[in-house]
Amino acid sequence: MAPVRVDLSDDQEFFRETSRRFIESEVPVSVVREWHDLVDGCPQSWWRAAAELGWTSFMVPESLGGGSISGRPVVDLTIVADEMGRGAVPGPFMPTNVVADTLGRSGNPDQQSLLEGVMAGETILAWAFCEPGGDWTASHVAAAAAPSNGGYVLTGTKTAVEAGAQAHHLLVTARTPDGLTQFLLPPDAPGITVISQESLDLGRRFAEVRFDGVSVGPESMVGEPGAAAEADVERQRLVAVLLQCADNAGSAAKVLEFTVEYAFDRYSFGRPLASYQALKHRFADMKLWSEASQAAVDGAADALAEGRDEVRMVSVAKSYVGDHSVDLMQDCVQIHGGIGVTYEHDLHLYLRRATVNRGLFGTPADHRDALSELVGY
Amino acid sequence: MSDFVYAETDPAELAEYREQVETWMNENMPRRDRVNPWHPTHDDDLKSTRNRELQRRLSDGGYAAVCYPKEYGGQSLTIAHQRIIDDVSMDFDMPILFSVPTLSICGPTILEFGTEEQKQRYIPAWIRGDELWVQFMSEPSGGSDMAGALTRADRDGDAFVINGSKIWSTFAQRSDYALMLARTNWEVPKHRGLTMFIVPIHYPGIDIHPIRMVDGTEEFCQEYFNDVIIPAENVVGEVDDGWTVASRLLFHERASVGNASPYTQGRHRNRSADGLDDLATIARDFGGNVGRQRQILGETETLSRVEVLLSDRVVKGIESGYFPAPAGSLVRLFHGLSRADRLTVAMELHGDRALVWNQGEDTGGYGVEYVQRQQTCIGGGTTEMARNIISERILGMPREPAADRDLPFNQVPRSG
Repeated sequence: MAPVRVDLSDDQEFFRETSRRFIESEVPVSVVREWHDLVDGCPQSWWRAAAELGWTSFMVPESLGGGSISGRPVVDLTIVADEMGRGAVPGPFMPTNVVADTLGRSGNPDQQSLLEGVMAGETILAWAFCEPGGDWTASHVAAAAAPSNGGYVLTGTKTAVEAGAQAHHLLVTARTPDGLTQFLLPPDAPGITVISQESLDLGRRFAEVRFDGVSVGPESMVGEPGAAAEADVERQRLVAVLLQCADNAGSAAKVLEFTVEYAFDRYSFGRPLASYQALKHRFADMKLWSEASQAAVDGAADALAEGRDEVRMVSVAKSYVGDHSVDLMQDCVQIHGGIGVTYEHDLHLYLRRATVNRGLFGTPADHRDALSELVGY
Repeated sequence: MSDFVYAETDPAELAEYREQVETWMNENMPRRDRVNPWHPTHDDDLKSTRNRELQRRLSDGGYAAVCYPKEYGGQSLTIAHQRIIDDVSMDFDMPILFSVPTLSICGPTILEFGTEEQKQRYIPAWIRGDELWVQFMSEPSGGSDMAGALTRADRDGDAFVINGSKIWSTFAQRSDYALMLARTNWEVPKHRGLTMFIVPIHYPGIDIHPIRMVDGTEEFCQEYFNDVIIPAENVVGEVDDGWTVASRLLFHERASVGNASPYTQGRHRNRSADGLDDLATIARDFGGNVGRQRQILGETETLSRVEVLLSDRVVKGIESGYFPAPAGSLVRLFHGLSRADRLTVAMELHGDRALVWNQGEDTGGYGVEYVQRQQTCIGGGTTEMARNIISERILGMPREPAADRDLPFNQVPRSG
């Protein structure tokens, strides 16, 4: 009984099962470990195969050749994120989908023409958003695009850009005199430097991206500056947080599953760990956290799909899932004992990934802070 | 044995039903006083007259306990209809005393196990507001180990003679009947020697003593039975098979606590525990460390939203067969913990005014609620029992060893 949505349609369930089998056969955890040594985190051929399943098509409008299973693309995406979390599977899933969503909605025809490559798994997209010392809100963005010769000159530094060194195009959030603006740029444009970063997560790839007087033509702008760009950035932020939460709910559920199994198999003092009430009660709490996390993810996905109180519900999800997923994993480490803190055991792969998700795009505490305003403080 | 059936409902029909309920409530039920709301359990007389009167009004309008079958005075409607009534009724005074345990716990138990005469005799009387029921289940010797009941029922011809004591019944002194679990056979293991009875409360040989709680209320009672003679026709289910009945009663209790029962009616809400208080306003009014208050408010908002989502997930999941029925314990556990958290928060946000206050102010109530906080993790099955159920019946872990299993009950060691 893996915690997935309880209201999946037959089509969604078929897709979920297909994605799970794809991950289990192509990227079992032994392969996940091998891919840690790949510079790009995963083979391009595998990403193409993943794209064939539809992993990069849901956010692309039907008019541009995309489409989702249920008509609620963010809900379908959480199914993938959940399964990727269960497998601790790398790949530029979140940034590619988040940026594709914005290009489909606000991009010009040239930019939208890239989506075909995205859906084929040929084109990877990244979102350059957070800046050093920033707090993952739009208001902290300081990267400046100064008007010049009918275009702009872009200066600034972005950090923790997922798939930044793998991406064929970067969506850059910056500030112009007309307000917040986004540009889609090739990473090899003069003045752009992409430097791979180290990450606690051994699977996914992150980079720092520096913009040193980069000349940007008006054709690189995505949508309109000001309110329109702010709306796009907010949507990107919400989808990114939702997918992180789904990822963590999936990985926490998986960790709980194998730790429950371990508790049945492991004997001490002549009886299985699963027979000790002190541990049973902790497992009951963890089961509660896991099921409640899934409920929080589903509630946030529904809210976002329906445009109903989505800012609140996404922060509720991050506040709850962000903390409880990693607390659950740390407790599972404790129950495993010494083996749980070894490199050999798989637990740390999940805990690393979940800890990164917990911290990026606002910590649970940041989201609680935001919620306090929504309740009127 | 079947669990609840959640029939498919037509959204358009439900929207129309909501309008009907709103219109009817506006015309027939007293509007809730927002500033100083009538408290259905604390502010009624010793016969619960107002609760009975409000229940009668609902019944006359056809909006009382609508999920009960028509032949017993209900409307044979779905849980979706009942939830609409619950939503709308938040703005009105409701006879909450009838909801739990009469309609939502005793009711479905009688519906499942009662004889046709019992159903005809009792169910319409609840729905009309004529009779209130309580549970005589827990005993002073232990609350969680219900099957270890020591109250005895000895057969005497066509009757049983009851001796012993029960505790934690809600407002027994204001009620009319109780479902009571008593031991009819001491020679067999504990689960096989129990019988469920219908007991008239104001009856020769029964003494009722209210118990004063930390907050000064006297909601719960202890009862003493001294040679109480109950006719055999008052047995529910089979003699010595009372545990089968009690297990279902516990199921209905969990469903009721977890807001998954079609037979609850209206919602009993507590100012600070159920979000009626605007915590943000309190935080601003009473001052304090802003960063900390923001975290507290954000956390409380998180828990209350997730609780609703989890409850919805579990109800849907049990319905679809994704979860086994014991998954209701997930909701019970979350509810106990989040409610305790909320009571703590309400006190903290009031600062020293919850601890020391001027005469005539009511901020001290938040301190008192905090002191009584653990009640939310004890009543209706402790959170520890919920954790046992989750680990054993959802995760499949080994059951706790029981020294009394398979042992004739008269040989089971017991305290004092």
